[in-house]
Amino acid sequence: MNKMLLKLFITGQTPKSEHAIANLRAICAGELRGQYELVIIDILEHPQLAEDEKILATPTLTKELPLPIRRIIGDLSDREQVLLGLDLQPYDVEGRR
Amino acid sequence: MNIKKEQQGVEKLETGIPGFDLISTGGLPKGRTTLISGTAGSAKTIFAAQFLAEGITQADENGVFVTFEESPNDISRNMWGFNWDIQDWETKRKWAFVDASPEPGDGPLITGSYDFGALLARIEYAINKVGAKRISIDSLGAIFSQFNDDGTVRAELFRIAAALREMGITAVVTAERTHEYGEIARYGVEEFVADNVIIMRNVLDQEKRRRTLEILKYRGTSHQKGEYPFSVIPGKGIVAIPLSGIELAQKSSSIRISSGNEELDRMCGGGFFRDSVILVSGATGAGKTLMTAEFIQGGATNGEQCLLLAFDASRDQLLRNASGWSIDFKGMEKDGKLKIVCQYPETMSLEDHLIRTKELVDEFKPKRLAVDSLSALERVSTIKSFREFILALTAYVKDKEIASFFTSTTPTLMGGTSITEAHISTITDSIILLRYVEMYGEMHRGITVLKMRGSMHDKDIREFNIDGQGLHIGSALRNVNGILTGTPTFAVPAEVERIGALFGEEELLQRKNEQIV
Repeated sequence: MNKMLLKLFITGQTPKSEHAIANLRAICAGELRGQYELVIIDILEHPQLAEDEKILATPTLTKELPLPIRRIIGDLSDREQVLLGLDLQPYDVEGRR
Repeated sequence: MNIKKEQQGVEKLETGIPGFDLISTGGLPKGRTTLISGTAGSAKTIFAAQFLAEGITQADENGVFVTFEESPNDISRNMWGFNWDIQDWETKRKWAFVDASPEPGDGPLITGSYDFGALLARIEYAINKVGAKRISIDSLGAIFSQFNDDGTVRAELFRIAAALREMGITAVVTAERTHEYGEIARYGVEEFVADNVIIMRNVLDQEKRRRTLEILKYRGTSHQKGEYPFSVIPGKGIVAIPLSGIELAQKSSSIRISSGNEELDRMCGGGFFRDSVILVSGATGAGKTLMTAEFIQGGATNGEQCLLLAFDASRDQLLRNASGWSIDFKGMEKDGKLKIVCQYPETMSLEDHLIRTKELVDEFKPKRLAVDSLSALERVSTIKSFREFILALTAYVKDKEIASFFTSTTPTLMGGTSITEAHISTITDSIILLRYVEMYGEMHRGITVLKMRGSMHDKDIREFNIDGQGLHIGSALRNVNGILTGTPTFAVPAEVERIGALFGEEELLQRKNEQIV
């Protein structure tokens, strides 16, 4: 399986940002098992990156690789929705897809 | 300190949009957000872009354009026609885009709570990047359709509006409406951004589009009320026509100028006043164009520049007709004394005609302006915009102290009044009527000076003839009643009177004297 490249855009250390980071880390740990690279970008520090990526709302998670590019807005609290958005199927209890 | 500032009232920022600053008595409220609401095609985006463009070109104030709808490339391309080189301004760091236009393809998935922190950060970044004083956001409706959660979007936009206010930036925000006359905007956004609301309309009236602009609300400051026509001109953008902003404060001149016809000058008590508005009314073929030509000749021989706007005839026709009266338009043009502009009224809207005429006047700087015929312009407009056109045009030429000569075609052969006259008569200084008079199976022409503001004038209705040398005014038509109403009757239909009418009063008097002798 190819490594998944994820970018999470946040604006400052707000509770919403913290939630999103925590939720995403849990999903990655549970579902991707190390097969991913995660970049967290604070827009307040790198506004040009947000401009380039045309980010409107935060938090926004983008999946750059593998294609197609996907974009998920929100604090990622709905695990099923997030997996769906990343084109992943959740592992079942036995650890199979 | 703050209280004191508020007491001083709301400061305004001159937009530089032609005409708008007059209507808004000074521009947009400074440091505040103004909502521009309008239906599709009402020129909202142009207003938003022009607000920034005029800032850059006129006030050296940089701007940020936030687009939720069209891509920055599309906007740059669309605005190119107004001579706004946005790409050049971008490289010179005078203009910055914040591109929030929707990406093609699937929209993003939304799960859990979010905010527009990224957008706000980008806007602030762009503002700091170019040192912007002005910002345009186009358009709010599009962001609502990108995100389905109206409540969040509304709350977040409120936050952005509050942040802009904090930064002291003057903002223009556009929003769609579904109807020309109805709710201010579709999503109820006006509640929070709208200290000020401007409505742009593009109303279809009698198969004609008419653009108007109305300042609905300017919190804490004054503005002109009601709808004002405006036009979108290539190379210029929005040009508003501030009607009630026009002041009735023109100077008045007592210097007389020649009408180009000695006898007519005598009838007018010595000629027209230099800055007067003259209306000539007559049926088709009564001699209006001839009088126009003589008016121009009168100016040209006096060394004055003349501008002739013809809506009825082509240039060649005019030249030929004028030479038929021994008036050399071609020579006058060669000497730079005359400029003839021929156009079908239908080529543009009346608002455009007005703006074009003003441009011509500014370019050519004439001392005399003739419009032949004004009533041809009635065809292309509604009565309301026609009235506004005449008001705006006469106010403009009076302000420039230009003698203006308008002709109006009566609806029937024997006279009666046209719409033109009904609307123009009170603002004209002089009215001259040309009328056909039927007498014993012959068509005669009568001329009278109906009105000559500020001067004595001849009250007679006089007969006139047209020949290869122009217009010749003869004696008074004494034995005919009701010429003006178009139903002439003969008071004393005696043969002597008829002869008198034909041969002129002096001859008649002579004959009478001879009889007595």
